[in-house]
Amino acid sequence: MPNRKYNRSIDWLTVGLYSLLVLFGWLNIYAANFNPENPIFFDTSHEYFKQLVWIGFSLLFVGMIVITDSKFYVEFSYIFYGITILLLVIVLLFGKEINGAKSWFEIGPIRFQPAELSKMATNLAIARALSRYGFTFSKTSNLLKAAFIVLLPMLLILLQNDTGSALVYSVFIIVFYREGLTGYVLTFGFIAAVVAVLTLIVPNATIIGIIVLAILLILYFKGARAALLKAVIIGGLVLAPSYALYRFVPLNIKAEYVLIPAIAGLSIHLLYTTLSKRFNKFVPTYLLILWSAILLTVSADYFFEDVLSDYQRTRINVLLGIEQDPLGAGYNVNQSKIAIGSGGLYGKGYLQGTQTKFNFVPEQSTDFIYCTVGEEWGFIGSTSVVLLFVFLLLRLLYLAEKQHSTFSRVYGYGVAAIFFFHFAINIGMTIGLAPVIGIPLPFFSYGGSSLWGFTLLLFIFLKLDMNRAELIR
Amino acid sequence: MGGINNRTILIAGIIMSLALIFIAKLFILQVYDTSYKFSAVSNTRREVTQYPSRGLVYDRNGKLLVSNQAVYDVMVVPRDIVPFDSIDFCQSLNISIEQLRERFVQMRKDIRSRKISTYKPSVFFKQLSAEQYGNFQEKLYKFKGFFVQGRTLRKYEYPTAAHVLGYVGEINEQQLKDDAYYTPGDYLGISGIEQTYEHELRGKKGVKYMLVDVHGREKGAFKEGRHDTAAIAGKNITLSLDIELQQYGEQLMQNKVGSIVAIEPASGEILSLISAPNYDPSLLIGRDRSKNFPVLLTDSLKPLLNRAVQSSYPPGSTFKTINALIGLQEGVLKPYTTHECFMGYFARGLSVGCHPHDSPLNLTQSIQHSCNAYYCYEFRNILDNPKYGSIQESFNAWKDYAVKFGFGYKLGADFHNESRGFIPNADWFDRVYRKSWNSLTVISLSIGQGEILTTPLQMANMAAMLANRGQYFTPHIIKNIEDKSLDDTFRKIHDTGIDVQHFAPIVNGMELAVWGGAGSTARIAQIPGISICGKTGTAQNPHGDDHSIFIAFAPKDDPQIAIAVYVENGGFGATWGAPIASLMVEKYLNDTIHPGRKWIEKRMLEGDLINAKQKIQ
Repeated sequence: MPNRKYNRSIDWLTVGLYSLLVLFGWLNIYAANFNPENPIFFDTSHEYFKQLVWIGFSLLFVGMIVITDSKFYVEFSYIFYGITILLLVIVLLFGKEINGAKSWFEIGPIRFQPAELSKMATNLAIARALSRYGFTFSKTSNLLKAAFIVLLPMLLILLQNDTGSALVYSVFIIVFYREGLTGYVLTFGFIAAVVAVLTLIVPNATIIGIIVLAILLILYFKGARAALLKAVIIGGLVLAPSYALYRFVPLNIKAEYVLIPAIAGLSIHLLYTTLSKRFNKFVPTYLLILWSAILLTVSADYFFEDVLSDYQRTRINVLLGIEQDPLGAGYNVNQSKIAIGSGGLYGKGYLQGTQTKFNFVPEQSTDFIYCTVGEEWGFIGSTSVVLLFVFLLLRLLYLAEKQHSTFSRVYGYGVAAIFFFHFAINIGMTIGLAPVIGIPLPFFSYGGSSLWGFTLLLFIFLKLDMNRAELIR
Repeated sequence: MGGINNRTILIAGIIMSLALIFIAKLFILQVYDTSYKFSAVSNTRREVTQYPSRGLVYDRNGKLLVSNQAVYDVMVVPRDIVPFDSIDFCQSLNISIEQLRERFVQMRKDIRSRKISTYKPSVFFKQLSAEQYGNFQEKLYKFKGFFVQGRTLRKYEYPTAAHVLGYVGEINEQQLKDDAYYTPGDYLGISGIEQTYEHELRGKKGVKYMLVDVHGREKGAFKEGRHDTAAIAGKNITLSLDIELQQYGEQLMQNKVGSIVAIEPASGEILSLISAPNYDPSLLIGRDRSKNFPVLLTDSLKPLLNRAVQSSYPPGSTFKTINALIGLQEGVLKPYTTHECFMGYFARGLSVGCHPHDSPLNLTQSIQHSCNAYYCYEFRNILDNPKYGSIQESFNAWKDYAVKFGFGYKLGADFHNESRGFIPNADWFDRVYRKSWNSLTVISLSIGQGEILTTPLQMANMAAMLANRGQYFTPHIIKNIEDKSLDDTFRKIHDTGIDVQHFAPIVNGMELAVWGGAGSTARIAQIPGISICGKTGTAQNPHGDDHSIFIAFAPKDDPQIAIAVYVENGGFGATWGAPIASLMVEKYLNDTIHPGRKWIEKRMLEGDLINAKQKIQ
């Protein structure tokens, strides 16, 4: 056969990790459904049987993927993308609402969530766009195109009221970063997240004060000392009367607005000196960061109070420890922590769990399946799952870097990034480190749509990897 | 490509550091911190719900109506059961072995259908008496997996006012879904004030964590009770009900079907609310409830129905007062307007009969003698008023008046099952008569017959409105809630929009109906020394004999009580309605019945409309 030597065998290590995760996941779904008083070992009406059917279909899909030419995925990536976008629009119009999210198709006994498919399709489209000859993020049109491909399905899924699935798309920023998007975006995103969280805990005035001090310190060590002294004096001079006004005249304004005139005076002076004397060129960049942070601080409150809905606000508050609500929003997490914590070092043994049965933990076979792992397999088992995921992710990164074609590399990174997001949020949520966002744990959570979605996502990459020598683009 | 670049290393680094954070957190949760373990170890820690006592209920004079009695439930944690001496178990509970077996079969069924958990306590045997509790508690150590939990049941001090008080029962599945406060097996108010004031009466449950040993014996509080919460008792409430008047009214209504509602006009407070036949509220307490409820439910006289707020009847002639007021306000009727009546009203092949009385009559006399013809003329004058362009317009104007008097809609009293009665509008008649109708078509409305329906509560409210000369408060049975102010809607004055001078001829007519000479309709209601004003009504009823109706208030110039009485199939208003109403008024105002009226009291108490009717059938 021609090209025979170019075809590598499938990456059996990844296939092995995949099989381990799916098998272990199924065992835990079985445990979560197991009723010790009524120990029927097999019942076709239960979730574990259905999951077995989904797994069977997954194997079928894997076979189909492996025998399909990998060029097919490259050529048809935009068409796939178009079809899933269409599905997302249709589900928005005619879909069935389950748990408040209008994101399901229901055809007879089969339910199907197009959002699970659209991750794969979006990933293909991104790979196609980024692998175009001459693509670079420094070109605005390119950046906009890539952003559009990600934001369109994200927006549609948000409209379905499925915030969790929509947030997954934000993880493509990692792929973009790998492919050359400036590191500032990642850094800035990180700082923004930290400041946004801080605004909910610490008074705004304090945060602004800390930011100003930090920036001043950086400028001091960067060498802008002469201009700095004068700027601080000017700032102090502006601050004194505005503070006096705030203190002695009963104006109904927030404390942080008192600081702003002073910071403005200080910034103007610094800007003026650095621009007119043409040295310390880094100063404007830092001033920009300073003012963005201030803007963010002031607007985060607005976002939190007016944009987020009640239950989202409560969930975030509970996570940050501002609200104690063990029977309300914190209930799931509290029960989940009790279940995981009760597992101890070695766990209670398979099918011996008590907390993950009888609905102490809600959604125990879908979003909170990790509790069963924690309870029945203990620290040893739950750590093993974390390590399995880490190996899988690192293996995917390794394989991605080995690709000759940009398409395959980008796609590989996308797969790793999506898995990473699900892994981080789902496990983080069950152990109380992330807000309760209902997204499944790949290969573990019960559900056909998600299992198929993740399987397709992974095996398309493995197929691309098999043909890595053929695809050069 | 080839070499791994910095960015890849950073991404791999993020993945690995997150994994490290997770593993560290897992270590803390599962190995280092033991506090998460206590929650799962349920066989050494038992959660005992502390049930608050339900709020007490008093009458307007501070007499205790409803209190609580202690009972005990046997609870079970199915997983903890070990084989035990079932004969001993049955003897200490005083039940048969078959009953015990039945309970176990039911328990297994509930476990299989996941209604109850094997890990959490659920009720095994309900409501032990104090003696049973004593016997059982002694031997409890022999029966692993069982324990006793106290809770309270209602206790009714009087066998009266069942419809007002309502009853308390076990929560159903729908209610469980609607309110997260409740857990299966909880009790809540199902009707009457128990339902309306459930949130005030129920208090707040508490929880106590007990340490128990392997034999299920309590070993003291868990962590010195730091996690416990105390139950908060329900709020006590005071009703506006006068329990003695209520009892008296129920006696008067014995062996009759109907309703009495008495209201204090100056406040809208309901003094008594009687629906006959009634039942002893104690029948629906605790375990007896399951036995007695079906009996009451299937009774053909429907004792569970609260006729005072749920039944709608035609108001009959009492409604003439309303039509007169509307006519006066509209200007189509003057106090001096007279009409002739020769045994009825006759027009275009239609006749409305009347009884013999003097003719012609003016407005006051028309009320006194309850002349039908007068109101046929008068009602047609309202509807054929040239001020309105069409019958539809004038009829809707009439309807708007009726609604302002409190008819056609729920009054908003504190009963969840209040009915709204019925006042048709022009659209309704357009549909029924295909737009071809006129004032003659609906002439029966003039004398309170035909399509209109009112509840006894609405009728009593009408009496209160007449007593107040055009204003009323939403009737309510609540007088006071501990630590809480009353709903503002009960303090708001509703104005009917009728000018106050229009009331004099009507009220005078009502006074004369009682105190006038021969031909006055309600002379039997005369109470020595009390200027009682009243109006009889006799509502035709397609299902049988006419209903006997009476509305009244007294005294005329400083009304203390307004009342409406309905006696189903009682015939003329003066036969049953007027005597019963007057006795109620006399009892409330004078506390005793005048010796000269004892014969009326006797006749009312002995009057039997239920069994007599059955004899005929």
